[in-house]
Amino acid sequence: MRKNNTFWGYFFLTPQLIGLLAFSLIPLGFALVLSFMQWDGFGEKTFVGLGNFIGQFKSPVFWKALWNTTLYTILTIPIGVTISLMLALALNKIKGKELYRVFFFMPVVTSSVSIGVIWMWILNGDFGILNQFLASIGIQGPHWLTDTKWVMVSIAMLSIWWQVGYNMVIFLAGLQGVSNSYYEAAEIDGASKFQKFRHITLPLISPTTFFVSIMSIIGSFQVFDQAFVMTSGGPAKASYTLVYHVYQTGFQNFKWGESSAVAMILFVIILIFTLIQFRVSKRWVHYEG
Amino acid sequence: MKASNIEMNNRPVVVPKKKFTFKFSTLLAHVGLIIASAIMVFPFLWTISSSLKDISQIFIVPPEFIPKPFVWSNYPASLQAMPFGLAYWNSFYITILVVGFQLFTGSMAAYAFAKIRFPGSNLLFVLFLATMMIPKQVTMIPTFMIMDYIGWLDTHLPLIVPGALFNAFAVFLLRQFIMGIPNELEEAAVMDGASPIRIYWSVILPLIKPALAAVGIFIFMGSWNNFLEPLIYLTTPELYTVPLLLNYFKGLYVTDWALMMAGSTISIIPVLIIYIVAQKQIIEGVALTGIKG
Repeated sequence: MRKNNTFWGYFFLTPQLIGLLAFSLIPLGFALVLSFMQWDGFGEKTFVGLGNFIGQFKSPVFWKALWNTTLYTILTIPIGVTISLMLALALNKIKGKELYRVFFFMPVVTSSVSIGVIWMWILNGDFGILNQFLASIGIQGPHWLTDTKWVMVSIAMLSIWWQVGYNMVIFLAGLQGVSNSYYEAAEIDGASKFQKFRHITLPLISPTTFFVSIMSIIGSFQVFDQAFVMTSGGPAKASYTLVYHVYQTGFQNFKWGESSAVAMILFVIILIFTLIQFRVSKRWVHYEG
Repeated sequence: MKASNIEMNNRPVVVPKKKFTFKFSTLLAHVGLIIASAIMVFPFLWTISSSLKDISQIFIVPPEFIPKPFVWSNYPASLQAMPFGLAYWNSFYITILVVGFQLFTGSMAAYAFAKIRFPGSNLLFVLFLATMMIPKQVTMIPTFMIMDYIGWLDTHLPLIVPGALFNAFAVFLLRQFIMGIPNELEEAAVMDGASPIRIYWSVILPLIKPALAAVGIFIFMGSWNNFLEPLIYLTTPELYTVPLLLNYFKGLYVTDWALMMAGSTISIIPVLIIYIVAQKQIIEGVALTGIKG
């Protein structure tokens, strides 16, 4: 029986096991090796040790990309998570919840390229509807996508719009899990709406908040599509992100070793956030149990 | 807003005071939600409106929301400039193959992890989980070289085969659902002499249909909207997927906003129609994957 199980276990696992090896583990190993090499894709590979990493840490372009990506994260996560939580709270027990949900989730199903092109028109400095609207209330809007000061703000703004519905749906699912009995008990004690939010809702959905925040941070460090489509990383590299740097260094300049090194740095950053997520969520489970 | 007005009119005349303040906050919530909904939907409506204008109407200050007159010519012009039909077919068949094969191979692996005890299963499962931390940009470069080596560049295969064979997230989610199936059902099937293939196919799969739908929706959205992989693998415009073709289109006609908006509308309308028809399943599917993940 035991032998039989071994056969059937691997029988069912084989397709995904091939995939795991061919498209994850082997490429990961290859990427790690490549990050210590210098290679243009055709000639000889030369071992350069930590040279690619040191080169990146000395390169202003790398720091620019890292800063832009961090700035994007700082601009999108706190505001994006707060808005989606507020929307979820407003929707939680309201009439017409399903209809509102349809509207908020609509951008989520749309591709990054479509979103990018649409917002290029909305944010157009001279004829865009946003600046026309601002002008009508007496504000001179900036040239959103061609101004180095505003371009990352613009991309952050539309990304919040794009993703807020997704996080809201996760929050709504989290709120469903909060038992009504807590609120009933608090009402008997005469708690105000704000007190109930502060002392019941917020602590009880904190695992969801944490999950949403970490997943959003991981996603935001991989921002690329919007910057590529809308601004090509410009103006003056003001929207040049880490993944853009990976793409540019490898697929445009064919410096595969350096490109892999940047990808590895990105991996480490994401790994740190994932490990924080694991650590903290474990503590939460323990705390609640 | 309208709904809550009607509701107020229908309520009995004598209202306890506490109830009334509750209603006021509900009204406030509705106002806020309607404004937020407008912000969410407006960019789509503005895209459609702009696509129905000609070059002179589109630059009018102040802008007009309803085109006067409606100009339809941007649509035939977009379709003529770019093979959108072909791109739709490419996106469609790639996505269907990825979703179909992934649900099949993913549920097989999930069944093995959830119900079969075999040496190495724990280690392999941890390995699957660990790969979820690897951003795709890391494995993208070597995978590109592998695809180059086997001659798959500028074909659809690099967009189909990896997605069909490997998705740790799908395996993880499906395993969670299969673990929830009571062992008695399986044991009864074993008593009847059913083979593991038969148990997987006739007992497990029918029971996890909702999970398959939820995971399928998730994979569908990921594959349909994928941009980075098509960008690095495809060079022939006839092979482009919808997002890639729209990006190419943008590069050529970036100042002709009416035409661009027609192209954008072509790229979003079919997706939005599917979304509106199946919104309940899609949203609840996403919520389900979010909770289990």
